[in-house]
Amino acid sequence: MDGFNVSERYKVKETLDCKGLYCPMPIVKMKKALKGMAEGEIVKILATDPGSKRDFEAFCRKTGNKLLESSQEDGVFTYIVEKVGP
Amino acid sequence: MTENKKMAIIVHSGTLDKLYPVFMLASAGGAMDVDAHLFFTFWGLDALKKGGLENAKLPGVMRVGTGMMKGRIKDANVPTLPALLDLCKEMGTIKIYACSTTMELMKVKEEELIPEVDEIVGAAAFLEIAMDADVQLFI
Repeated sequence: MDGFNVSERYKVKETLDCKGLYCPMPIVKMKKALKGMAEGEIVKILATDPGSKRDFEAFCRKTGNKLLESSQEDGVFTYIVEKVGP
Repeated sequence: MTENKKMAIIVHSGTLDKLYPVFMLASAGGAMDVDAHLFFTFWGLDALKKGGLENAKLPGVMRVGTGMMKGRIKDANVPTLPALLDLCKEMGTIKIYACSTTMELMKVKEEELIPEVDEIVGAAAFLEIAMDADVQLFI
């Protein structure tokens, strides 16, 4: 696919730069961001923690939020998450 | 704290190496809508004394390496233990229990504990919580 351009297809409400942060901070920060958003709104997360891919997948499965995209380029992971629920 | 899944952890040690996993799991759990019920018993109770989290050291002979470890933790942008506790309290997904028997054994008074302690309980009260939990750990 087209790397970072993937995320440009979505209307991103907020972008979180979690580069250089390790578990559990990226998902804690995402949780905070989602709290202030309405259902259907989209958050984009940039992260470098190699554990973050499995963490974001697990987070979304368990909380019901939707992981629309996850991609990686030059050691930076990009996640696009849609808020589901109140 | 109603529909969330539940995690029950017996915190038996007040040293840095054990407290970090406890609070990392609690904060990750908080983000995933999992409530963490932490029962601080025996040496774990040291962590609930005022300054206990700030001053936690590595155990035994590794104690001398505490400063270096804290430096690495800082370099990795991992929050301090008190900051992780604050995060959990802010998410409203953490309950801190102090073991009443330990308080007697270690001669710790209630006013010596940090205000984040929710309740002072015995083993039966914690067991009731643990039996209803989805994850039970001893750290």
